[in-house]
Amino acid sequence: MNSGLGDAADIFGILVSVIIVAAMLIWVERRLLAVWQDRLGPNRVGTFGLMQVVADMIKMFFKEDWIPPFSDKLVFVLAPTIVFITMLTGFAVIPFAPGVGIIDFNFGLLYFLALSSLSVYSVVLAGYASNNKYSLLGALRAAAQTVSYEVFMGISIMGVVMLSGTFNLREIVEAQRSGWFIIPQFFGFLIFLVAIVAESRRAPLDLPEAEQELVAGFHTEYSGMKFGMFFVGEYLGITLSSAVIVTLFFGGWLGPWLPPLIWFCLKTAIGILFFILLRGALPRPRYDQLMTFGWKVLLPAGLLNLLVTGAVLLSLHG
Amino acid sequence: MARIEIDGESYEVEDGDNLLSACLSLGLDLPYFCWHPAMGSAGACRQCAVIQYKDAEDSRGRLVMACMTPVTGSMRVSIAAEQAREFRSDNIELLMINHPHDCPVCEEGGECHLQDMTVMTGHTFRRYRGRKRTHNNQNLGPFINHEMNRCIACYRCVRFYGEYAGGHDLQVFGVHNNVYFGRFEDGALESEFSGNLVEVCPTGVFTDKTFSAHYSRKWDLQTAPSICVHCSLGCNIAPGERYGELRRVINRYNGDVNGYFLCDRGRFGYGFVNSPERIRKPLLKGHPEITAAMAEKHFHDVLKAAKATIGIGSPRASLEANFALRTLVGEENFFLGLDDTEHTLLETITGMMRNGGIHSPSLREVEQADAVLILGEDVTHSAPRLALSLRQAARNAAFALAGTMHIPLWQDASIRQIQSQARSPLFIASICATRLDDIATDTYQGGPEDIARLGFAIAHHLNHESPEPAGLGNAENSLAAAVAAGLKLAKRPLIVSGTSCSSLAVIQAAYNVAKALPGQNPQLTFTMPECNSLGLAIMGGKRLQQAFERMNENLADSVIILENDLYRRAPGPNVDLFLKTAAHAVVIDSLINATAEKAGLQLPAAAFAESEGTLVNNEGRAQRFFPVYPAPEPARGSWQWLTGALENFQWRHHDDLTAACAITFPALAAITGVSPGADYTIKGCKIPRQPHRYSGRTAMHSDINVREPGQPHDAETPFSFSMEGAMAQVPPGLLPVIWAPGWDSNQSINKFQEETGGHLRDGDAGVRLIEKSGSLEWFRDIPAAFKPQQEVWRIIRLPHIFGSEELSLHSPSIAERLSSSCLFMNPLDAGTLGVSAGEQVAIINLAGSPEDSARDEDELIDLEENSVLEIVAQIDKTLPRGLLVITAGLPEFQFINYWTQVTLKKIHQEGLS
Amino acid sequence: MLSQLRSLWEVLKHTFVKPDTVEYPEQRRELFPRYRGRIILTRDPDGEERCVACNLCAVACPVDCIALQKAEDENGRWYPGFFRINFSRCIMCGFCEEACPTNAIQLTPDFEMCEYDRQNMVYEKQHLLIDGTGKYHDYNFYRVAGMTIGGKTKGQAENELPPVDVKTLLP
Repeated sequence: MNSGLGDAADIFGILVSVIIVAAMLIWVERRLLAVWQDRLGPNRVGTFGLMQVVADMIKMFFKEDWIPPFSDKLVFVLAPTIVFITMLTGFAVIPFAPGVGIIDFNFGLLYFLALSSLSVYSVVLAGYASNNKYSLLGALRAAAQTVSYEVFMGISIMGVVMLSGTFNLREIVEAQRSGWFIIPQFFGFLIFLVAIVAESRRAPLDLPEAEQELVAGFHTEYSGMKFGMFFVGEYLGITLSSAVIVTLFFGGWLGPWLPPLIWFCLKTAIGILFFILLRGALPRPRYDQLMTFGWKVLLPAGLLNLLVTGAVLLSLHG
Repeated sequence: MARIEIDGESYEVEDGDNLLSACLSLGLDLPYFCWHPAMGSAGACRQCAVIQYKDAEDSRGRLVMACMTPVTGSMRVSIAAEQAREFRSDNIELLMINHPHDCPVCEEGGECHLQDMTVMTGHTFRRYRGRKRTHNNQNLGPFINHEMNRCIACYRCVRFYGEYAGGHDLQVFGVHNNVYFGRFEDGALESEFSGNLVEVCPTGVFTDKTFSAHYSRKWDLQTAPSICVHCSLGCNIAPGERYGELRRVINRYNGDVNGYFLCDRGRFGYGFVNSPERIRKPLLKGHPEITAAMAEKHFHDVLKAAKATIGIGSPRASLEANFALRTLVGEENFFLGLDDTEHTLLETITGMMRNGGIHSPSLREVEQADAVLILGEDVTHSAPRLALSLRQAARNAAFALAGTMHIPLWQDASIRQIQSQARSPLFIASICATRLDDIATDTYQGGPEDIARLGFAIAHHLNHESPEPAGLGNAENSLAAAVAAGLKLAKRPLIVSGTSCSSLAVIQAAYNVAKALPGQNPQLTFTMPECNSLGLAIMGGKRLQQAFERMNENLADSVIILENDLYRRAPGPNVDLFLKTAAHAVVIDSLINATAEKAGLQLPAAAFAESEGTLVNNEGRAQRFFPVYPAPEPARGSWQWLTGALENFQWRHHDDLTAACAITFPALAAITGVSPGADYTIKGCKIPRQPHRYSGRTAMHSDINVREPGQPHDAETPFSFSMEGAMAQVPPGLLPVIWAPGWDSNQSINKFQEETGGHLRDGDAGVRLIEKSGSLEWFRDIPAAFKPQQEVWRIIRLPHIFGSEELSLHSPSIAERLSSSCLFMNPLDAGTLGVSAGEQVAIINLAGSPEDSARDEDELIDLEENSVLEIVAQIDKTLPRGLLVITAGLPEFQFINYWTQVTLKKIHQEGLS
Repeated sequence: MLSQLRSLWEVLKHTFVKPDTVEYPEQRRELFPRYRGRIILTRDPDGEERCVACNLCAVACPVDCIALQKAEDENGRWYPGFFRINFSRCIMCGFCEEACPTNAIQLTPDFEMCEYDRQNMVYEKQHLLIDGTGKYHDYNFYRVAGMTIGGKTKGQAENELPPVDVKTLLP
């Protein structure tokens, strides 16, 4: 194990900064979308509207904490915490910089995959517990979407694992000193990108909440802070996803001149921006298109990528 | 039936009908103006042009006026043909050339037939740039506004006013395009049916002046089906409300009863509902302000504390309210609250109708009668709408003659022409001249006894088993023979009588005539004083006099008076004593009157437009009226006050009360079927009282509170106080508003009739309770002839359309037309007194009538003060000697008994020579 | 795929486009004269109320927020006895202005009418009626209509002949 990982300062610092980043993303996303739509976005509360987040939080905290009488109450309350917790624990394996992180697992990548698939329980349970047809439809979509894209996500990053020969995220970063994996694994990256957008249920693949069809999908019945958990959970998911993409394909903390942590944060920030740009630019596909694309395009492409990577590796090293 | 082809579609239509009527009966839209289902075709407006083709090959066809074209088998016509459409559009453009730019300030706007037709023909743009012809208007009295500029010269007004209703003072003047419809000079229209001009006129020349004073558009009025409460005929009306005020009354079509027309009392008498004399709050003597809850509690306390409570019913309250009172006080304490004579008359009439075996006709049947005898009634004043029907009945001979001459019955001008050659016999025997005398075959004036004797004589001529009056004069005898001969020839003879001359003998004579008629279908109809007189009589109960006695004997100590002014029913001193003796007197009424003023507790009752109930008209037809708007708090329906006081609250809803009433009185069993109950819905929706375009919903109450109140809930009727609900598929008899797409005016009724002018689809409203059965013996009590005595006169109270009815008296417009409070006398009598018209006389000894002479002296406390009445005398040539006529029901004559013997004295006015 | 990338690029380019947002209330836009804002009642060129209480605005109103009552002065001129607009319901659609046959009811470019108390959004006639003619300067309904009002009898309106003498038979 690397030294300096997992001490209290790391744990506390990462927890706080991740939550703050996630919260600030609420504001960042609204401002960025506004910029790309030739608007200004929230600019009234505090400097540049930065305190908008605080205002929103105050609003959410003071909203009636309503639990529908027709719901499955225990599950209804638990569901939003699951997404929050899984996303947060996901950050445990992220290699922010040498010596900065919480834990260094040899199976770090698998751990991330496991947690990201766990988060779908939150959605499914929320949809089920709401006892509302829109919520249930949203949950069903979420389940099917996550289960499908899980497969390609796993397959798409196997190329990275083959190149680096490890599941340890820090070692994967180190393995990119000679070159970012985006270059040899470009197709893998594309597949992973699509898959992780689908996994985090972000626009344009936000079919589980598709407000035009399903009101608000799985969180239709949620309000107040329980809705807030879903909301922040989603931004945590974006941050986590960007961090993982950076780690796997963009060389993690590696970079010249600047300290590693800054490099990591910069790259992650660009990733996040890209997520927001995706939401601002692309329309949502139909559900059948999403599934068709996954199974008929991404799966063969992923397998092909794996095959080619394997063949090339074998031919080079074999 | 004939099969005709219209625009390529084949239809089955009535043979002999005119093409326009046939098209409208089929539900097709064809513009028209001058044709009216009740008045036939005139061919004046040229609007209903269609193309008629010679045969199947003819492709050009020729333009014909549909209203003047009889339907023949296999005829081929086109409404939609370009040439016909263009003609109709051009015609409207010509009619509109002089039409003023008035629609925004016209009371007809929004329910204007001319607007409908203009839109229907597609004339949307005025091309005429010349100057418009104008006319000066006339002041036509308190009922009707005149705006001649709007006229399109369809002639409907004069055809209705003169030819249909028999008025003489509305005529057409001028020539070519200057024709003018009006009076010779300014002045109130004389006809009692002038109000119908508002509905007959297809545009805004004649509009409702009383409505204009608090005007709202048709689409803004909340309306519910209702029944006129101003006479016994039970005409169907549609009262409209806006901002909590009753705004107007219009005709509601009922094919069996009133058809298209109302009388002016029915149309303009609604003003009492908005009157400042309404009882708006409960009033407890000696307490400054009490709430409804306190009043209710006090009412219950009175009932609980009382030894026995007398209940006095009312002929102007619904069956249900009377029944609730009867249940509350118990059958032995329930009294009908009728004038003593009237009680006897109504009992007799009810007996004749139920067991006399003679058909009681609806107004539609009256119009089909081919010989009429009126005994002792001036129908125009006692039951005005009946007079209009009788006028049509007189035309039946002309119709029959037209049939032999192959003239179609809708050819109005031709029928009017041959009317001079043939007129159905109409005989009128009355106290003095009546408004129907102009179409009468023969008239007779005499005292009530003389009228009865003439009736008995006619009966005797018809059937010798009928008793013969002794000592009949030659003139009378030959008249009786002539009348009998006239009636004998008729297929559908009709006898009309009633309570106007307060004579039992007259009614019995009328029955004898009807019974003696050899024809298969003798019909007998009686007019009665009030809207539910017959219903109350069927229910039955004790006399008012008995209530007084009961109170005097100390068998009861409190009294509930339901919608009744006892001072109109019994001599004042008696009522005074009665109310004084009662420990508690509770009056439930809508208007302040003498009785209510004396009562310890006044409970505000909803007026007819604010409550629901069932009324039985003179024909024996039970009809339901519904609240147009919720009774303003704290007023509530009389039945609600009464059922609220019942100990076990068994009748929470009006429907329960109606059902209980039907069970208690087998004769009224059918009243549950009069209308659907409160649970009636169409596809789960109630029937909306407000049109779908009702405006201002979110602003009308916002001055009080910007938060809008919920719509009031109506738990008692199938209607809702809302614009939402079932619009289509409402049975036409229940339709609050008559409207069809493209037909905003009242002419849209065509869309709801089986055929134009026929019955409503799904049946006319109301249920007949009485069908002919049984037979009665001949009546044999023939009175002696009336002999005028020296220096002694007998006072006769005759009804007058404006003044005799209690409620309409409080309507401001009616008050303007009120019958003058004067005394009519024979010129010879006037001569002996030396009185000429317009001079004052004093009536002396008002209280002394023969029957009353035996009355206890103690009861007649204040008679001396009342016994002289100074009054203006007028001369009536047709009045028999020895009789003095006053208008019944006028407040100043209230205490004068019927048939009172009086003496007269001329008053010499000082200052005059 | 290419189109997706293109749209991503196109959207990204907007980073450098100036926002359209007008920062009300610091910045205010010039509103067009026909902007549909607060409703007023105007007067005719003679200074009389234009509204004749025909009720057409009320029936045209899709949210039923206009209520009025016709009254008549001693000269036969119709006017609204009361005229009430519940602006808390009004959607400024302008149908009332379109329906008005006398150009009485007009919408103005003023829209700043917020209130803390909703009751203050209820405007009565004295709040609505202005002293001018509004957008339409010359129209006077009663000069065109055929009704007699004070100062104008039959035949004195625009394009009218003097009243016919019905008792003459001359052509």
